[in-house]
Amino acid sequence: MREKKIIDTNTFDWPIILIYLVMVLFGWFNIYSASWNESTGTIFDLTKNYGKQFLFICISAFIAIFWLFLDYKIFNLFSYGVYGILVALVVSVFVLGKEVAGNKNWIPIGSFNLQPAEFAKYGVSLALAKFLGTPDARLKDKNTLRIALAIFLIPMALILIQKDTGSALVFLSFTLVLYREGLSGIWFIMALCAIIIFILTLYFGSIWVSGIFAAVALLFYIFSSRRKYLTWPVLLVTIAVVGFSSSINLIMDNVLKDHQKKRILVTFGLLEDLKKEGYNVHQSKIAIGSGGLIGKGFLQGTQTKLRYVPEQHTDFIFCTIGEEWGWLGTMVILILFVTLIGRVYYLAERQKNRYNRIYAYCVGSILLFHFTINIGMTIGLVPVIGIPLPFFSYGGSSLIGFTVLLFTLIRLDATRSTEMSTLKDMY
Amino acid sequence: MSEGSSRNQSLMIAVIAIGFVFAIRLFYLQVIDTSYVDFANANSKKILTIHPNRGLVYDRNNKLIAFNDNFYDLMISYPFNLKNFDTSGFCEILGIPKTDFIKRLKKADKTVYRGSAVFYKNLEQNKYAALQERMYDYERFYIDVKTDRKYKTTAGAHVLGYIGEISKKQLEAQDEENYYSKGDFVGLTGIEKYYEKELRGKKGEEVILVDSRGRQQGNYSKGKYDKQPIAGQKVSTTLDLTLQEYAEKLMQNKMGSVVAIEPSTGEILALISSPSYNPDDLSIRNKRKNYGRLLTDPTKPLFNRAVTAAYPPGSVFKLLNGLIGLEEGVIYPETTYPCYRGFNIGHLHVACHPHPQNLDLRGAVANSCNAYFCNTFREILENPKYKSTREAYTHWKDFMLQFGLASKLGSDINFESKGNIPSPEFYDKMHNGKWGFSRLISLSIGQGEILITPLQMANVISTIANRGYYYTPHCIRMVDDRPAIPKKFKEKHKIKIQRQHFETVVEGMAMTLINGTAARTGIDGIEICGKTGTVQNPHGKNHSVFMCFAPKDNPKIAIACIVENAGYGATWAAPVANLMIEKYIRRDTISSKPEMEKRLFEAYILPKPKPIDTIRIKYIKDSTRKVKNDSAERNRKNKNNPTGNLPLNRDLVLNKDEREENN
Repeated sequence: MREKKIIDTNTFDWPIILIYLVMVLFGWFNIYSASWNESTGTIFDLTKNYGKQFLFICISAFIAIFWLFLDYKIFNLFSYGVYGILVALVVSVFVLGKEVAGNKNWIPIGSFNLQPAEFAKYGVSLALAKFLGTPDARLKDKNTLRIALAIFLIPMALILIQKDTGSALVFLSFTLVLYREGLSGIWFIMALCAIIIFILTLYFGSIWVSGIFAAVALLFYIFSSRRKYLTWPVLLVTIAVVGFSSSINLIMDNVLKDHQKKRILVTFGLLEDLKKEGYNVHQSKIAIGSGGLIGKGFLQGTQTKLRYVPEQHTDFIFCTIGEEWGWLGTMVILILFVTLIGRVYYLAERQKNRYNRIYAYCVGSILLFHFTINIGMTIGLVPVIGIPLPFFSYGGSSLIGFTVLLFTLIRLDATRSTEMSTLKDMY
Repeated sequence: MSEGSSRNQSLMIAVIAIGFVFAIRLFYLQVIDTSYVDFANANSKKILTIHPNRGLVYDRNNKLIAFNDNFYDLMISYPFNLKNFDTSGFCEILGIPKTDFIKRLKKADKTVYRGSAVFYKNLEQNKYAALQERMYDYERFYIDVKTDRKYKTTAGAHVLGYIGEISKKQLEAQDEENYYSKGDFVGLTGIEKYYEKELRGKKGEEVILVDSRGRQQGNYSKGKYDKQPIAGQKVSTTLDLTLQEYAEKLMQNKMGSVVAIEPSTGEILALISSPSYNPDDLSIRNKRKNYGRLLTDPTKPLFNRAVTAAYPPGSVFKLLNGLIGLEEGVIYPETTYPCYRGFNIGHLHVACHPHPQNLDLRGAVANSCNAYFCNTFREILENPKYKSTREAYTHWKDFMLQFGLASKLGSDINFESKGNIPSPEFYDKMHNGKWGFSRLISLSIGQGEILITPLQMANVISTIANRGYYYTPHCIRMVDDRPAIPKKFKEKHKIKIQRQHFETVVEGMAMTLINGTAARTGIDGIEICGKTGTVQNPHGKNHSVFMCFAPKDNPKIAIACIVENAGYGATWAAPVANLMIEKYIRRDTISSKPEMEKRLFEAYILPKPKPIDTIRIKYIKDSTRKVKNDSAERNRKNKNNPTGNLPLNRDLVLNKDEREENN
């Protein structure tokens, strides 16, 4: 009878599984639609993207089921091992990597290409959960923080070297996990301030931003009643702001690549480059915008069908949805994602052990980051960063990676009530 | 734990906030801002114009004259971008070597116009078919289908006119309908221009989808928004193609014009301006090759003499003076005047040729007595009914205007000239207000300041054939097999001269061919009424003029013919007109006068062309090397080909008959 309890399907979080199924199938139809033309065959044609995606869905389904019936202890046990293997896989790209579109971040396996960056997130999630999940791990401890940072910054740096900026930036989502686990919120406030100063500087130039900030700081200092204590803080903050603002041009010109700089400028409306760097976003907005309230209907989108939007079946799959299903369709997608991420965070908080909780936060934060950046870029709110929309975008690595990520969580969550005692034994 | 759950809450809030921001942004993009729909349409939907077939042109006997011929230009889109291009396969289809391919590509690169260039002009049918099948492989190429005119005849160029690409000026001047767009073909002259609206049809539209690389991806909504083109209407002209062709043959190698009209309707049966050109020479495809040559040709083949050239009418004008004299009551049919081998007034002498004496009006018409009509004109101008010569002249001019002289007739042939009948004010100015008959004496015999176009002349003879009325000459008969003559061509213009006076003059004209100036030129069995004219030409030999109609009763055809620098009216113009009459009335029967026909076919009466250098100075002074090369080539051709159209170094050639008569 005990064996039966292990595979008790009632313990699975069915809402998440349901959302997952809806997303994957809807995504598949949209990939079909994005590649569709008059001569398109059935949706199962394995020589085409949608046929391959069907294959990936099958593989994912198999893995998902397999994962649900794995012994939950395996995850905890092999966390570091998996992390090591997946990071090694990222490293192997340097040797085995195949160049696709100028970037070398794929490993060819037969006729398919494996993108290790999509799986590295999983390894980091497991490792981070394992490391921070030990009862004596405290982020206030500098050493712990350093190791925690190193766990995700190392693969991030490797992927960055491989020039896959988008996939690398995803690793920043783990900072949200650190925040939940006690990292001071001040860092996020500072990051937010930095972004605001960055944007203001782009619009008004560093001289104005620095000047006005310095003037405001001076007035604040003069009229402050507690001047005595504020001399150094005000001075330091002012120097930091002025320094940062003044160095933005330098960063833009020297640190960022030309296309990255242009994409940023395009996003803030400071550069009109409809032919090159602004083309994607412009066409993407046209496709989504022309969908109207109820959309043009399944297979009826003209912009995506006629290939005006590049990468329409991968990173820009949201365009097909926007064009063919309209605002109502995009709302459904937004609701699905918000519900999914919210549900993951909800599950995270109800976990009784730290390992599970931290892992769940990793999943939620990765999904949140992908969702925000991907949809944000298609509607012109975020600079173009090439990362897929989870469960929707075409691509085996992405789909399988997210499936594994999500179903590990579902499996861990399923043990929440029944296996409390055993887990307590472990720590 | 409480800190953790509050952080969980802030993360939850962040998720919902991001979703909310996206929802608003999407609402704005998709629902509020509709400009993206326009962007999308501009992006992906391309409206292709389908040009309708131009209406066909027929003659009065339902013989096809002008029809359409599609031609295909292989175009290449810019940028050419021919990486991974199957050049050898492509060359094989076109049947050109690779070197030619590169040459054409270089040429295309230099001639890019509005994003594309012609790569291979006027594809052969088999190559077109072969290419059509594989067009998808040749992304940067496309085939441009255009419709050109083709003709079943080499005659009638001046009536038919030609089509060509619409000019910038025309585009700007078009009406609110804005039918035309750049690159459209439009009738530029002749019937093609006048009946452009009937002939052009209505353009169709095809809404097609174009992908991001500009490739066509089929019709939008399965053609739901497409519009079929409506073909142009069939235009039946009044021309008799057989007659037109025959007349052009008679007029070959002569300079001049012939206009034949059906008097009862004003329908133009034939309109010849010689030298002419083959209408096919100015088709869309051939124009570039020929236009320069035709324009610089010293015999001016593009010049429509039949309506644009105005000549002093010569003796044929006597008919009008006779008619006015009768109507004004200053002469009677029986009036006779003596002829002293001419007419004397003061020191002026108007010579006359030998003819029987004591002629009445009929005889004077038949024998074209100068003295008789000088007297008649004198009586008209010195009519006691009027206070002054000036007043009499004004009344005389009024009659002339009734005949449609000194103004454009308003036919549907373009480039009509007004001709000239001087106003009294003109003479006031010329003679300081003091003038009388002696100053105008040359007007009595159709010389002097008066100028008449061949069309006007034909209209005059048509009026006489009708005994006092005319319909404005026109060449439209039916549109889509239904009578569709504009109202103005159905208006009867009456001359305020009594019918009986016309009968008198007509009798004299009938005598012309029996025992008058044009005896021996008539056709047995057809009662032709005619009047010869020999127009004095200060620049060279006299112009030979003849106008006639037949039969005398219920006339079927009226003709005015003028052969420049040819001599007597009876020698050249009369045979041309009479043979045409026979052809028209008897149709296919062989001419009763084959020797006359032969003489005309063979005669060569083009004026001595100016030396090539003069031509160069006159026409080519500022023009390009290309034109120079053209004329050089022409020069070369003529050396090799003395029977060519243009003998630049040949003297005026007249046959034996003519030389004798001139002596």
